[in-house]
Amino acid sequence: MTGHLVSAVKVGKRYGTLQALTDVSIDVSAGEVVCIIGPSGSGKTTFLRCINQLETIDAGAIWLDGELTGYRRVGNALRPLSEVEIARQRRITGMVFQRFNLFPHMTALQNVTEGPVQVLKKRPDRAREDAMALLERVGLAHKADVYPAQLSGGQQQRIAIARSLAMRPKLMLFDEPTSALDPELVGEVLNVMRDLAGSGMTMIVVTHELAFARDVSNRIIFMDEGRVVESGPPEALMTNPREQRTRDFLRAVLAPAPTSGAPAGEAAR
Amino acid sequence: MADMNNPPVDATAEEVDVARLPHIRPRHYGRITAVVAILVIGLFLIRAFAVGRIDWTTTWQYLVWPSIVWGLINTIWMSVACMVMGIVIGVSCAVARGSPNPVLRFTAIGYAWFFRGTPVILQLLIWFNLALVFPTLGVPGLWSVNTVDVITPAVATLLGLGLNEGAYTSEIMRAGMLSVDRGQYEASKSIGMSYTQSLRRIILPQAMRVVVPPLGNEFIALIKTTSLASIIGFSDVLRNAQDIYYDNAKVIELLMVAAFWYLIVVSVLSVGQAVVERRFGRGFSSSDKQ
Ligand SMILES: Nc1ncnc2c1ncn2[C@@H]1O[C@H](COP(=O)(O)OP(=O)(O)OP(=O)(O)O)[C@@H](O)[C@H]1O
Ligand SMILES: [Mg+2]
Repeated sequence: MTGHLVSAVKVGKRYGTLQALTDVSIDVSAGEVVCIIGPSGSGKTTFLRCINQLETIDAGAIWLDGELTGYRRVGNALRPLSEVEIARQRRITGMVFQRFNLFPHMTALQNVTEGPVQVLKKRPDRAREDAMALLERVGLAHKADVYPAQLSGGQQQRIAIARSLAMRPKLMLFDEPTSALDPELVGEVLNVMRDLAGSGMTMIVVTHELAFARDVSNRIIFMDEGRVVESGPPEALMTNPREQRTRDFLRAVLAPAPTSGAPAGEAAR
Repeated sequence: MADMNNPPVDATAEEVDVARLPHIRPRHYGRITAVVAILVIGLFLIRAFAVGRIDWTTTWQYLVWPSIVWGLINTIWMSVACMVMGIVIGVSCAVARGSPNPVLRFTAIGYAWFFRGTPVILQLLIWFNLALVFPTLGVPGLWSVNTVDVITPAVATLLGLGLNEGAYTSEIMRAGMLSVDRGQYEASKSIGMSYTQSLRRIILPQAMRVVVPPLGNEFIALIKTTSLASIIGFSDVLRNAQDIYYDNAKVIELLMVAAFWYLIVVSVLSVGQAVVERRFGRGFSSSDKQ
């Protein structure tokens, strides 16, 4: 319809009296990597959850791959889709959570094959082959038969990425995928994400890792108080932001290094 | 913990000396006292029953008496049937409690309110006497049966205990489902699972881990509660033991027979529970070996 993979137009979301998102409009083309940055509580997570329909939106509309999400147009009104149709639309996107959310009662391999077998009705042996290839890709083929509780945070997050990729999504959403990790484990997850971006995957990444955002993304979006404050190419936005609020935020994140080696994400919170 | 061959550089001579002393295992005087006390009491009880006025050969003789075995079988199948019914109803009600549909939610709440709010024995009596309220059951004009023919003691027991069990199990199941992290629902949705798929594959298996110990409790209680159904004429093991001692006056001997069988059934069940617990505990202890 619009030629973009994601097209969010004037999206609004309220929690009770709190306006979490106001008039958020963002377009993402296929193959693009977009990073969203912004202070805590600015609505970054909420926006990702709206794209993935874990939350319903109160205003505006979101198109995914040319299809209106969550609603069908009936005359001059929008009628909510059924749970089944929403589940189908969700398969366009994969989501990686801050706290991994692996299924603890399944091995790493079972975590990855669960979606293909149960949802896509793939044959179990085929699903296992594909899953092993994905585990290979995130460097964890040797941990296939291990339960999540026996894996480090970084390994769990890489399994979670493999689990999402197994559904062959067109768009990957990452919500602060490294901020629950010990500093020395951040790199391994970012490397997997870097490879993924290099392979042409469309990605929206909420992150406090400004170095990653600068190196990997095509565009950075700065959000504050539920609105998009500004967006632009990484170099331009980070070295020469237009808005005062962006400048303040970047200064707060970049400037103080209280203890040596503290990642940018720590300072932001 | 200084190594003798490699003492820390700044250790004094005395420290090195102390570090060399052997470590003595602590003595658990409390445990020793407890073991002695239990042994004494145990021996006393065994002696009391051995010399007491119990005719153990009678007990032995009735252990596999046909009507006792029959009663035992009744007790077992009734407990299993009621528990299965309880779990099916319990899971359905727990899911209904979490449903956005208010009708389902209030039905589930009302059900638990009624069946937990009245004594089980009263419920058994109501089911058994259903014929007083509804002399016939069926679709008016099409098909009907006499209530007394359908509501036998066994059917009344199944309905009474099963529905009552469902009310308690629903709360246990609800607690189990609440114990599963919200992130698990979201992760299963994010890989495209429907609500029922995520319940069946992700949420319930994890809830089971929490739910098995209290369910084991319920099952054990239920096995013993079936004996209540003897008041509406259900022939469980205790009832049949009583029938025998009304006849031959060997009261304690036959009660011992019943006690023996209850203990055996509950023991077997406990072993089963341990197996089930291990099955659902997979992945939850970091010492697990694949
Ligand atoms: N389920 C909810 N119910 C009520 N309020 C919520 C809910 N989820 C988020 N909020 C509120 O919405 C606002 C935006 O939250 P959101 O989680 O999107 O922020 P964020 O930018 O992801 O912050 P952070 O960097 O801390 O993760 C916050 O004020 C938050 O308190
Ligand atoms: Mg967030």
